[in-house]
Amino acid sequence: RRPHSASLANKVFIQRDYSEGTVCKFQTKFPSELDSRIEKTLFEDTVKTLNNYYAEAEKIGGHSYLEGCLACITAYLIFLCMETRYEKVLKKISRYIQEQNEKIYAPRGLLITDPIERGMRVIEISIYEDRGSSGSSSGSSTTSSSGR
Amino acid sequence: MHLGIDEPRECQYNQICTHNSSPMETPHSKKRKVKRKWQIFPGRNKFYCNGRIMMAKQTGVFYLTIVLILVTSGLFFAFDCPFLASNLTPAIPAIGGVLFLFVIGMLLRASFSDPGVLPRATPEEAADVERQIDAANGAGGPGYRPPPRTREVVINGQTVKLKYCFTCKIFRPPRASHCSLCDNCVERFDHHCPWVGNCVGKRNYRFFYLFILSLSFLTIFIFAFVITHVILRSNRTGFLSALKDSPASVLEVVVCFFSVWSIVGLSGFHTYLISSNQTTNEDIKGSWSTKRGKDNYNPYSYGNILTNCCAALCGPLPPSLIDRRGFVQPDTPQPAAQSNGTNTCPTTQLQSHMAAVTTPLLHAQPILLGGGPVLQPKPSVGGPCSALGPGQPSLPSSIPGLSCGGEVLALHDSENHCHHHLHHQHFISPEETPCAAHLGHHMPLYDPASQDSLHEDSVRGLVKLSSV
Repeated sequence: RRPHSASLANKVFIQRDYSEGTVCKFQTKFPSELDSRIEKTLFEDTVKTLNNYYAEAEKIGGHSYLEGCLACITAYLIFLCMETRYEKVLKKISRYIQEQNEKIYAPRGLLITDPIERGMRVIEISIYEDRGSSGSSSGSSTTSSSGR
Repeated sequence: MHLGIDEPRECQYNQICTHNSSPMETPHSKKRKVKRKWQIFPGRNKFYCNGRIMMAKQTGVFYLTIVLILVTSGLFFAFDCPFLASNLTPAIPAIGGVLFLFVIGMLLRASFSDPGVLPRATPEEAADVERQIDAANGAGGPGYRPPPRTREVVINGQTVKLKYCFTCKIFRPPRASHCSLCDNCVERFDHHCPWVGNCVGKRNYRFFYLFILSLSFLTIFIFAFVITHVILRSNRTGFLSALKDSPASVLEVVVCFFSVWSIVGLSGFHTYLISSNQTTNEDIKGSWSTKRGKDNYNPYSYGNILTNCCAALCGPLPPSLIDRRGFVQPDTPQPAAQSNGTNTCPTTQLQSHMAAVTTPLLHAQPILLGGGPVLQPKPSVGGPCSALGPGQPSLPSSIPGLSCGGEVLALHDSENHCHHHLHHQHFISPEETPCAAHLGHHMPLYDPASQDSLHEDSVRGLVKLSSV
């Protein structure tokens, strides 16, 4: 009945995918360390949704031109009262990551760090190991049998 | 199953308030002054206004720029404008005033904002990259050949090489470059401009461009109207007495004359760069020129001039990646800050560093993720100091194109220097003491003594399992 504490076992870094240029996009390749922890589809969904968010933030179109011209005309003072589109999307991303952590990753002993905290270079996924139970080591344990 | 528990349990996720884990409320630790991140920033930058303003280390030329613009414009408004306003139209000082304010605003914005500095890698990230490099090259090869630290990426059909930055311990994104003067990797690095006192990169390129463009207009404007003033006056009173009546005009004409050539030239050059979506760095190196190969083309260009211009000037403004004004979490391992542009024993140091980093990770030590970064509301992302009044105009008196180019060449040289360093390490045995010193430098980052019981609770609370 004692609560089990978790300790950090390893960290996986999802690198950037530069095949489309300098736009922010992360590789959707499923890392082997997560193989036993989470389903591949869930992971890919998360990364793809993040990629879509970043694409939305960096999209060059009517809205961004309007924002750019307006900002230029007001000598960029307009950003004192208004948030840039990028900042708005970053907030959405932050909320999304928090929600994903709560619903999907934390129950599996994983934690996603917002890429903005790592210079938009990597998605850092921390793998936690249950410290309390006996016989557990880093990586998957062999004593478990419960399906989830 | 994934956590080695044999009985079915409920997995609860408790969101913890990470504000409680700030060091000031911990009874055990002494009252430490909490630092802001700019105070421990590893690059060679200067910060003002408690982290709101960010500039390069040497700002002498920047002050010269400001003085030149302020003095010339001041003289214009004081001595020439009254005459012109009364004899021609008051629209002249009005337009001049607007132009002047715009120039100053853009200059300040270009000088004070973060050009797009890439934060250095955290130790775990650096270790992971190192592992990948070794895996790719086969660690422990027969000859002591340092592994090539490049990655190839195909971008829009063009092969681009990503280089590894030894100072920042990252593979530089495409178009990023390491500025040796500021000791930072900057995204979409254009050049380091001493006149502006900062690097010109992704985040402040448009301000820089608008600055030089508006300064060209201002210079031509002042030049034209001072000449008009002198001509009109000399029609009435003769040339020499006209000059005597307004001596400031001579100074203004001289300054403007020399500036026009350089500034207008620079504006033209950058207009060309924008329309072809290249950086100064790329242009000088000839990265995309057809001289390198028939199939060489710029993969970042959108194809047409208008789109390129709009993308550069009206595209979305990315946020600052270095959270200057955020508070330092005392137990977050800080990125490697030991080397300032130099790297001693790169291979072996990093290997032993990696061992130092990975071993504590695999011990069952609770390590706080810096107060649960994901759970915290994101601290303000936008960095640059807004709401700045008229700043310091720069009116370069010599040809800035060459001087800015000179800085780029200096950068070029330092990259070569880096390679020489690497080859030099060939002949140094791995047991060289600098490595041990560096190793010792990194160990304290994982000192378990710095973990409070409060932090342990936070980690426990993060992934909490209760037995059913």
